[in-house]
Amino acid sequence: MTALVSSTRAELLRLRLWPALWVMLGIWVLLNLTFGYVFPYLSYRTGGGGFSNEGVPVADLLAQILPGNVPAAVIGGIPMFGGAIMLTLGALAAGGGYGWGTWKTTFIQGRGRIAAVGGNLVALVGFAIALVLATFLVDLGVAAALAAVEGQSLALPPVGEIAGGLAGAVLIAAMWTLAGAAIGALTRSPALAVGLGVVWVLAVENLLRGTASLLDWLRPVTDVLPGTVAGSVAAAVGATPVSEGGPPGVVTNLDAAPAVILAAGYLVVFALLMVFTMRRQDIT
Amino acid sequence: METAVRTEHLTKRYGGQVAVEMVSLTVRRGEVYGFLGPNGAGKTTTLRMVLGLIKPTSGAATVLGEPAGSPAANRRVGALIEGPGFYPYLSGRDNLRVLARYRGLDDTRVERALDRVELTARAGDRFRSYSLGMKQRLGVAAALLGDPELLILDEPTNGLDPGGVADMRRLLADLSAAGQTVLLSSHQLGEVQEICDRVGVISHGRLVTESTVGDLRGGERLVVRADPLDTALAVCMRFDETVSTEDGLVRLRLDPSRAPEVNRALVGAGVDVHELRPSERSLEEVFFEMTGRREMAS
Repeated sequence: MTALVSSTRAELLRLRLWPALWVMLGIWVLLNLTFGYVFPYLSYRTGGGGFSNEGVPVADLLAQILPGNVPAAVIGGIPMFGGAIMLTLGALAAGGGYGWGTWKTTFIQGRGRIAAVGGNLVALVGFAIALVLATFLVDLGVAAALAAVEGQSLALPPVGEIAGGLAGAVLIAAMWTLAGAAIGALTRSPALAVGLGVVWVLAVENLLRGTASLLDWLRPVTDVLPGTVAGSVAAAVGATPVSEGGPPGVVTNLDAAPAVILAAGYLVVFALLMVFTMRRQDIT
Repeated sequence: METAVRTEHLTKRYGGQVAVEMVSLTVRRGEVYGFLGPNGAGKTTTLRMVLGLIKPTSGAATVLGEPAGSPAANRRVGALIEGPGFYPYLSGRDNLRVLARYRGLDDTRVERALDRVELTARAGDRFRSYSLGMKQRLGVAAALLGDPELLILDEPTNGLDPGGVADMRRLLADLSAAGQTVLLSSHQLGEVQEICDRVGVISHGRLVTESTVGDLRGGERLVVRADPLDTALAVCMRFDETVSTEDGLVRLRLDPSRAPEVNRALVGAGVDVHELRPSERSLEEVFFEMTGRREMAS
């Protein structure tokens, strides 16, 4: 346990001081604000009809940007766009160590590979939690300000709903982060890992889901792919599905329980995949 | 004497290619061991196996009595392997702070290590802005972090300018004087023969020899420059039957204290003696004789 704690402290320090990490987290918060608040609010003020929310009633546009909808706003973008960013973060964090030679340096510090890699994973999950909490706080502040300006209710949803939303967001963000880290370890290359991962998240899974709507036999497979699982978790904890005008990636293919179990399963599988891959690798 | 590193028939193959074959070497506690060989001979691969970074195809190794690469072994080892691996976006100091956290050390150890390699003034600069020599010095500082029982340094003078090389030699000499066990790989024979107690020579993945520097150089010799050479050679053969000539010089395996005796014999035979001096073979000459290779520049 001491080895894991030491490794986690070391990884938290080097990740905290990594400019790329703050750039990615900043971009995510900015995207979330832009698509979750700026565009809907501008559409609301201009009477609706923006490119991203065409056909959505004006009253619904207003409801989207009020404090009562903050958990849904936080989680809505995470299955796809947030996932792509977190996957990139994980891939760079793990894959970069091969190019820089830092895994070599890390593995001779006497903590053992499992603890060293475990520290990396724990630290990455820590940043996924921080991302979700930061997004929640920023969204809450903006939603409260807009509600005050518009003279609307400042009421938050029930605590259980907030907790469920944040937990779901953390689960999805952590799952994608560790997916990126595992791909980074397998490919030993940050560029290849980012490329493969982002193409999978943003393109391949959507194409497969589209194909599955035409080929029924494919659906059982696409229903359990990570993107579908993440989207189903998001829908289960309050995000509006894409079929009802919600953000891309939020789907209702799975019910809450199987979606959460599968997402947790993927989280564990990606973590184990990284640990066992790196435990056996020759570090040259 | 207690053993710091022991490898037994250590072998590493990549597909059909043999990188290291049946290397059995022993580093004793308190000694500076030079691991010599030309580039590509298998030095780094062997050291990586000693640190557990790569798994041997066959054979085994122990470090400080523990299985090579185990946490128990590596906790007591400081190493720099084939160029320093650090986060480019962090300063030198922050890179060492990260390693200190891994090892459970406080930050005062970081300052001490930076001071040891005279990098304190630039410790706040990002690693990516360092010169090759500064990067190498930071790598050595990382190896020194926490005062390890065994230091493994792979070509530590790579990239250093002459001043840096001199500083590194001085540091290694200080460490040696303090009783630090060091396993030092190098293709720079000159630097090794000055500071190493024993050396192992590797060529084409095989350990060619393992010996003290003195034994390897074969003891003292006498060199004679005289005229006529043929007569001088005949006289010298009376003292050493294995006498040889090279570049107009006669070389004898003989205690230099017998130089007056040789001189008298040469003069008595009518030979003009221009030069008579003691000589030792350099490690480089020994290496060339052993491996027949010339690419190992000194």
